[in-house]
Amino acid sequence: MDLIEPTLDAFRLLFTGDPKLWRIIWTSLYCSTVAIALIAPFAIALGFLIAKVHFPGRRALVITVQGLLSFPTVVVGLTLYMLLSRQGPLGFLRLLFTPEAMIIGYMVIAFPVLVVFTLSSVQGADPRVYETARSLGAHKLMAAWTTLREVRFGVMASIFNGFGRVVSEVGCSIMIGGNIAGLTRNIPTAIALETSKGEFAQGIALGFVLIALALGINAVLSFIQGEGGMT
Amino acid sequence: MSTPTRSLSLCLAALLVCAAPAQAADDIRLATTTSTENSGLLAQILPKFEAKYGAKVRVVAVGTGAALKLGENCDADVLLVHARPLEDKFMAAGYGSVRKDVMYNDFVIVGPKSDPAGVRGGKDVTAAMKKIAASGAKFVSRGDESGTHQMEKAYWKDAGAQPQGAAYVSAGQGMGQVLTMAGELQGYTLSDRATFAAYRDKTGLEILVEGDPRMFNPYGVIAVNPQKCPGVNHKGAMALVDWMVSPEGQQAIAAFKVNGQQMFFPDAKQALKPAA
Repeated sequence: MDLIEPTLDAFRLLFTGDPKLWRIIWTSLYCSTVAIALIAPFAIALGFLIAKVHFPGRRALVITVQGLLSFPTVVVGLTLYMLLSRQGPLGFLRLLFTPEAMIIGYMVIAFPVLVVFTLSSVQGADPRVYETARSLGAHKLMAAWTTLREVRFGVMASIFNGFGRVVSEVGCSIMIGGNIAGLTRNIPTAIALETSKGEFAQGIALGFVLIALALGINAVLSFIQGEGGMT
Repeated sequence: MSTPTRSLSLCLAALLVCAAPAQAADDIRLATTTSTENSGLLAQILPKFEAKYGAKVRVVAVGTGAALKLGENCDADVLLVHARPLEDKFMAAGYGSVRKDVMYNDFVIVGPKSDPAGVRGGKDVTAAMKKIAASGAKFVSRGDESGTHQMEKAYWKDAGAQPQGAAYVSAGQGMGQVLTMAGELQGYTLSDRATFAAYRDKTGLEILVEGDPRMFNPYGVIAVNPQKCPGVNHKGAMALVDWMVSPEGQQAIAAFKVNGQQMFFPDAKQALKPAA
């Protein structure tokens, strides 16, 4: 099977600004980015709290969140579908098969990833950072901020992981997005479609586009976080 | 690695090896469209063949395009598909050794009970498509180059019109998902009768247009050419082809009913005479 020609074609379409292809890429990028931006503050805060505050049931909560990492995305999609369907309790919102529905799904999928990675990086940090900040008179929130800054590479890693999980996700996207051309079709669901058409090479070419996109975003974020991200 | 950990991983490895389904050499790999699998036809007729021939049929249900591609890549022994122009191309390129007509079912236009385009009861597919396009109601398209999508495109061409913009929802998914989506969006779609029968209660949609001879949907069965694909189970493939067009296979197809209604109509040439 020839892979080079369809891949070159895909990149040619990319650089000639093919509107259909760019719409697919935009949907992937927009939904994933918005979802991560909306959920990250809550997830990081929860990760920090679980790491720092000892409360009854903490261990059970940690196990639950870690277990949720293995939750199949298609089950997230199925659950949301049943909620958002015309027959479902939230059907009146008319959100099914919209990019907004996909964003909700991605937030649910990314949440445990962000919590668990933040939790482990805060636990791995030197506890004296927080205590020193407190003893120097910092407010609890300020001390928390100082600790998170100290472990910012770990927090960034959690964001990379969350983004990677949702941008490459197909099960939930197709269930509640519906793979509608020009509306909710993103890169993974477009690949699934090309595969079902028997256009395997086209699917692989889109896969390369997805990898290039992920590399580009990670490079930008690494640049923002500075030298430390390179190690 | 401590001993308990090691024995645990050994157990896991053993489990993985055993869990992989053993594929016998005489298994027959059938690549087919989602309509034959989703409707329940294959689950009813294949056990009869398997009992007689003594081999398992492994079914891969995908779109017609993908099924033909699996044949081209030697990843299937036999194909059961419905897109005559693509099948003819497949045969002309030498990928198949034998192609036989086996059965047909028909397409229906389904839509919401409210029927905003007012096509209910029509028998002319072109007129109905024109009305749907003019009404501005939503139409959900397979959009996946499947046999059903090819038919839909041909109807739009005959009608000389097509819903525009947001009214034309190109889903790029299988028949079942498209029917579900049409139900959710209260739109129209084109479906094969068999798949719709399985989804009617779930979607709340109704058959609005049926019975136009242009809506017949013939299926062909193709054995993958062993000269192109030396590894294929051609003997098994030919056994399945011959059985499907035999009086026994044809009767099994005719006997398959959903809600008491026959779904597929046998049309193999040699089976026209009544079975002995």
